Amino acid sequence: MDVIEVKDFHKSFGSKVVHRGVNLSVRKGECMGLVGGSGCGKSVILRSLIGLEKPDRGSIKINGIEITGFNENQLVDIRCKAAYVFQGGALFDSMSVEDNLAYPLREHTKLNDKQIQEKVLQTLKKFGLQGSEKLMPASLSGGMQKRVGLARAIILGPEIILYDEPTAGLDPYNTKKIQQTILELKKTGTTSILVTHDMPTAFEVCDRMALLLDGRVAAEGTKDELKAGEAADHLNRFVNGEAT
Amino acid sequence: MIHSLTFSLGNMFVQLFHFLGGVMGLFNDFVSHIRTRPFYAKLVVEQMYHIGLRSFVLVAATAISTGAVMSLQFGFGLERFGGKLYVPKVVSLSLFRELGPVFTSLMLAGRVGAGITAEIGSMVVTQQIDAIRALGTSPTKKIVIPRVLATFLMLPLLTTFANFIGLIGALLICVAELKLDPFFFYQKVFTTVTLKDFVVGISKTFFFAMFISLVGCYYGLRTTGGTQGVGSATTKSVVTSSILIVIGDFFLTKLFWIFEKWTS
Repeated sequence: MDVIEVKDFHKSFGSKVVHRGVNLSVRKGECMGLVGGSGCGKSVILRSLIGLEKPDRGSIKINGIEITGFNENQLVDIRCKAAYVFQGGALFDSMSVEDNLAYPLREHTKLNDKQIQEKVLQTLKKFGLQGSEKLMPASLSGGMQKRVGLARAIILGPEIILYDEPTAGLDPYNTKKIQQTILELKKTGTTSILVTHDMPTAFEVCDRMALLLDGRVAAEGTKDELKAGEAADHLNRFVNGEAT
Repeated sequence: MIHSLTFSLGNMFVQLFHFLGGVMGLFNDFVSHIRTRPFYAKLVVEQMYHIGLRSFVLVAATAISTGAVMSLQFGFGLERFGGKLYVPKVVSLSLFRELGPVFTSLMLAGRVGAGITAEIGSMVVTQQIDAIRALGTSPTKKIVIPRVLATFLMLPLLTTFANFIGLIGALLICVAELKLDPFFFYQKVFTTVTLKDFVVGISKTFFFAMFISLVGCYYGLRTTGGTQGVGSATTKSVVTSSILIVIGDFFLTKLFWIFEKWTS
């Protein structure tokens, strides 16, 4: 069953047409990689999946429910089920790490303060961030910020995780840690979409990939299918850092 | 030449209507969200501290110098006509009805309005506002309502303080420079200023508070273009709210004047 289904997705910003009919589907428990050149609108698709952007035309279904016409109140349920991992972490800089992680729990659960604290500490430990609960986001390294952002996104136990460039700007050690985390979350059965330029990570964690080109999905399939298919040339050029 | 002038004017009107529509939309959001749960009282109290208490020194310094300067100017001006004794009356009425509310609001537009826009603008460019939405919460409830409500509650309070601190500034000059008796000053002030004067002045600040906070939030939430955009949005916010206060003061004064005539 398709958990995420995007059909005929069109989006423009002013006179700039970004998407000209994107079709994409992600099955339950699958990790789909969304790759393409800078500015091709990968993040726009991801943002649209939780209603942060509205498509100009087309359909987006999450668990079979059409969400394009939803208002902010109706989107709350979707946003609790689908977590968004922001590129820079998007941590609330006026709150400590602990409060950042506690935020979704305070808003969407009936847990008391003690239970919330326990859950936060447990999650921080899982991400190798124990001891950082009282730190403010500004005092964290880029890698730690991304991991805290990821921890905050998954603390409610979402069914879907949308990763927006989770390894961008990270050193190999932190990249590896993020890859491991994504693979561990995959094992729990979560469905995910990974937007990235980091092809080694995409090859490592994604079950299937979609290559965005000229506002459409130029090719879709497993790593091997893509390498052997019609879009192989485009993919090779993209991987080798040549213009697609 | 005429073509470009017409184009500029047209563009200005489009921007003006865009701004008015946006602020009215934000006000509509504020009204509709404030009636629904959850209500973040703790955030309102935090903002009351930041907006109110932390502006106190600035407001007090402005008020005391305003009272002092007014007394000096009126004192030396009226002395030539033998009217020095009218200084307490003139200064206290001016302070309570106009200068206290307007100067306090302008100071808050600079300090608080700029702060609101810069803070929200920074949150927009670092995707924190998107994160609030992505985590299933509302930026209007989390960001806009606490700031608007705190400004709405604190500006009248700060103005009340400013009025009395302004009187202290005036009293100091009247006694030290104009050689008036402190008891005479006290008596003249309290026989001149009525509750109506106080209420008229304070009533204006509720409108000014909405101008400052809504305009601050509006420009903050529409920040684009990174850190440069934050600076630009902050400038626009301060300039717009200051202009609204000054122009709004004229219309509110006129409105209250008509209302006072009608009720008397």
